[in-house]
Formats: sequence, C-alpha cells, structure tokens
Amino acid sequence: MHLPGRKNRDSTAFAGRGMTEPALVRWFLIASALAFLALFLFVPLAAVFSQALEKGWDAYIEAIREPDALTAIKLTVVTAAIAVPLNLVFGVSAAWAIAKFKFRGKSFLITLIDLPFSVSPVISGLIYVLLFGLQGWLGPWLQEHNVKIIFAVPGIVLATIFVTFPFVARELIPLMEAQGKDEEEAATVLGASGLQTFFRVTLPNVRWGIIYGVILCNARAMGEFGAVSVVSGHIRGSTNTVPLHVEILYNEYNYAAAFAVASLLALLALVTLAVKSVAEWKMRKEA
Amino acid sequence: MLLKNIRKIALVSLLVLSFPLGALAEVNLLNVSYDPTRELYQDFNAAFAKYWKKKAGEDVVVKQSHGGSGKQARAVIDGLEADVVTLALAYDIDEIHDKAKLIPENWQKRLPHNSSPYTSTIVFLVRKGNPKKIKDWNDLVKPGVAVITPNPKTSGGARWNYLAAWAYALKQKGGNDAKAKEFVTKLFKNVPVLDSGARGSTTTFVQRGQGDVLLAWENEAFLAVNELGKDKFEIVVPSLSILAEPPVTVVDKVVDRKGTRKVAEEYLKYLYTPEGQELAAKNYYRPIDKKVAAKYAKTFTKVKLITIDEVFGGWRKAQKTHFADGGVFDQIYTPSK
Repeated sequence: MHLPGRKNRDSTAFAGRGMTEPALVRWFLIASALAFLALFLFVPLAAVFSQALEKGWDAYIEAIREPDALTAIKLTVVTAAIAVPLNLVFGVSAAWAIAKFKFRGKSFLITLIDLPFSVSPVISGLIYVLLFGLQGWLGPWLQEHNVKIIFAVPGIVLATIFVTFPFVARELIPLMEAQGKDEEEAATVLGASGLQTFFRVTLPNVRWGIIYGVILCNARAMGEFGAVSVVSGHIRGSTNTVPLHVEILYNEYNYAAAFAVASLLALLALVTLAVKSVAEWKMRKEA
Repeated sequence: MLLKNIRKIALVSLLVLSFPLGALAEVNLLNVSYDPTRELYQDFNAAFAKYWKKKAGEDVVVKQSHGGSGKQARAVIDGLEADVVTLALAYDIDEIHDKAKLIPENWQKRLPHNSSPYTSTIVFLVRKGNPKKIKDWNDLVKPGVAVITPNPKTSGGARWNYLAAWAYALKQKGGNDAKAKEFVTKLFKNVPVLDSGARGSTTTFVQRGQGDVLLAWENEAFLAVNELGKDKFEIVVPSLSILAEPPVTVVDKVVDRKGTRKVAEEYLKYLYTPEGQELAAKNYYRPIDKKVAAKYAKTFTKVKLITIDEVFGGWRKAQKTHFADGGVFDQIYTPSK
C-alpha cells in the first residue's frame, strides 16, 4: 500500500546515497526501469489506441456513440457517482477515528478495511449473489416485494462500493498519523469545538490526500470487472458497465469497437495518473 | 450559492437517472442465451419486433444476455429475470426446474421437436492447409496436437464436444465404456487451456492463435471462418458427430409475474416459422423445417449423427455420469502443465 508520509522521508535519504554510485550503475538502473515501463505500460497503451483507431476516427466515434456503449458509459458513471462519495464519507471518518483516537478494536477495524483488498473480486460478487440471489437468504423476500438487487443496478453499485471501500481510508490513515495530533490539540486548547477542529484543521491538512484517494477510488470503481461481472447478468444495453461492454464487443469479433471503448478506460487511467501526480506534488510541497 | 449548486446537481442527476424510463410504452423481453447465438438473435430479435408490431401493434424490445450455457442457467436460478431461455442443452434448462422451480418439469414437451427449433453439431476448425492433418476424432489424441475446447463444467458446447468424442470411441470396433474413457482422457491431455464458454475458446484459437484444432459448434466454426477470413481457417467434418439440440422455453414464473407470457410464447413460436427457420439457417444452425433445410442443404455437410438419447440415455443420465462433481470428467481431467 502507498504510504505518503514514510515515502517522503525515505526518498530524501535515497537521493543522497544514490549519488555515490558509479554513473554506469545509475544509468543501467534507469534504463532497465524505463525498458520495463515501456514493455508493460507504453506498448500496451499504444496498442490499445492503435487498435481502437484501426478503422479510422469515424468507426471510433461510432463505437462510442452506439446505444449499448452509451448505456454502459452512463451506468459506469452513475455507479461511480454513488460509490465514490459514500466511500469518501466512510474513508474520512474511518481514517479520522483510527489516526486521531485510541479505542478498543482499532486493529480489527484496520483489518476490516483491508478486507476487500485481500478477497478476490469474484468472491466479493458472489457474496451478494448468496445474499440477494433468488436462492439466497434475502432473495425470496426481495422478489415478493419486487425489489431487484442483483442482476440490476443496485447490485452493481453494492459490489463496486465493496471493492473500492479501502481506497480513501488507506490513503488517509498514514497521512493523518504522520501529522500527529498537535494541531488538533492546539485548536481544542484555543477553544474550538470538535467539529470546528475537524473541518478547519484536520480536513484542510489532508485535502490533497483526499483528492488522491478519491481519484484512485474512482478509477477502480469505473474499471472494476470481476465483482461486477458476477452480479451484472450481462444484459446488453442495461446492466453492462464499460469493462463488461468491452468484453462483449471483443467476444463478438468486434475488435476495433472493443478497443475504442477500452481506450476510454485507458484515458481515464491517464487522467487519474495526471491528477495523482499533481496531488502528490502538492502534498509534498505542503508537507 | 451552495444551495443553488446542489439543486442544479440534483436536477441533472435526476434527468440522467430517469432517461431509461423514457421508453416505457414498449414490452421488454429478456432472452438469456448461450454463447454462440449472439448473431442469430440479433437478426431474429429485429425480425420479431417487426412481426409483432404488425401483428399486435405493440413495440417489443428483446434484450440479450450471453455466456456459457451452464453459467447462464445458474444466473437465471439466482434470479436473473429471463422471460425466455435459449440454452445449449436440455440439462441446463432442467436445472432451472430442479433448483428453482421456475418452470414445470415437462417444459420440453411444450414446443415441437423437443423444444429445439434448430439443431447443430460439433465439427473441427483447423488452420488453413490443415498442417497437422486432422481428419477425424482419432487424430486429436495424437501427441503434439493441441486441442482447444471450453470447460464442460460451464459450457454446453464443451459437453457436446466431450460426448461426441466419447460416442466416436464407443462406436469403434471393440469399443466399450472403458476404451471410450481412455480415449477421452487422452484427448483432454492435449487440451492446453479450458475457457468457460464456447466464444472464449473460439477467441483463444482464432485471435490468440493457440492450438491446432478447435472443437466447435458448427455455426461457431462457420462464423469464425466467415468473419475472420476464409484464407486462415478450414472446417473439418469428422466421420461421426452428435446431434446437438439447443432447446428453448419461456420461464413461467417470470413471464407470469411480468405479464409477458403471450409475447414470450409468440417469440419462441416465431422461431419455428419459415422466417425464423430461414434466419437460423442463415446463421448456420441446421433448420428443422424441411423446406428451409432443403434450400440450405448445400451449406451443411451430411454427417452421421448419433443422439444423446440413444447413446447416453438422455441428458440427465449423461450429466450425472460425466459432468457432476466427481463424475468421469473430474476423474480424467488434470490440467496440463
């Protein structure tokens, strides 16, 4: 997991030591890192875009404007729009509780937050099928009351929330812990209420960390395949998210369209990367 | 200021969310099908929508869900609200009765021809020029031949593949169950990768260039050849294969709750009309209508076809012996390294 606080300290230490290595070693290390990046990042990225534009711009636009593709894009955006804010609220409160307070069961709570990382996404999806499926615990009751959870939008949202649930909290906990409680204590001594302290001291201190967490959370919410695949039912034009739509197009020998839609996800990744770098840079500047 | 913004956001999201409701005045059907029928039902749904508009004056939109046949049946059992299921084999639909009681036990008697409006069979797809000289089933067990087939646990097509191979070994001179088991064991030793559905296997073979021969639905093989180049692949029809009957049914509990029984039943009946049969044939399914079959006789190679009832005693028995947990397939298959 990413630990911004610790990394800052380490990187300055390494920079000093790195200079003592012979130039050859340094160049070799840099070159191998670049070669690795090229092989596993730039080449596939270029491949996605070149395949997407194989049949020209018109076909590219057409693939994205196609009704099923638009529904998939809309569903993905709606899902992220629900999942990310919820996880933001949850993540900030969990990180605040864990970093600033002592209580029983704290390490248990941290383990719980990490759970979605350690569970395979397919299992995360199956949990909901077992719970809400027609043969599951709540399924028959839900059907009687005409509530659809799995194989419909709510199931997709639930699975996405579960999978993306650790991102914001995991981003903030180390940051808040590194900042310590000094400023909060000062605020309290100066007469600020708990909420005032939280909104005027704690939150502004971690704002770039929050942005960083949200953007990662959003990228995963939009890109999640496994868990969503299990609960989606794969109904064309209604329960397919963008990643599922890509798979369908690919399976229909519609390679150019599949890569065109996939390129949207690649673009999302690039934007994520850019915002992430800015957030990191700001964070370092303010630290 | 903030309040204004919130109101604006709420309004926009409401608009976005309510968009799908705009199309309320039509009937929606969901057809849960297996992997290779995508192209068939794309054509068929359009034709049916026209037919129904003329006949009943109602707009009908049929949505599709595709995947491995067993997996799709599982989804319907778990609550995927299919008005009709059009799966790869009868057993998967039997499961919908056994596990969830969504359809009556005698579902297969409700439509003509075992509720199978079209049939198909299993053929081989090889690379152009047939470099490994694959002519018949016994060529598949030779060392160094990589065979691509999906997983019989999840894919209907794969189960037909497996049973066709078994039947071939059984029908050889001195063939018996033990020899057939040995033959199929050898065959699966030559399988480097098991995808979960027929379409996944086709992509593995065609797009990723894995394997020397693909065991495929006849329609899937035709489609691969026509979509992806006659200069790259050839179809090989073995000396004996199996008559695959992919059946269809309405899902009673779902259509009764949704009030779509009439149009769902008409939808399936339309498959049996000359128009429906024509579309099936055009998508390389063998039509059961004699006239349409005669018209497309040239497309489909005559091949000796055994049926599951005569050789395996029906799907329930075949499933129990071969594909249930701990069945023959579990005993013989060890993933190759």
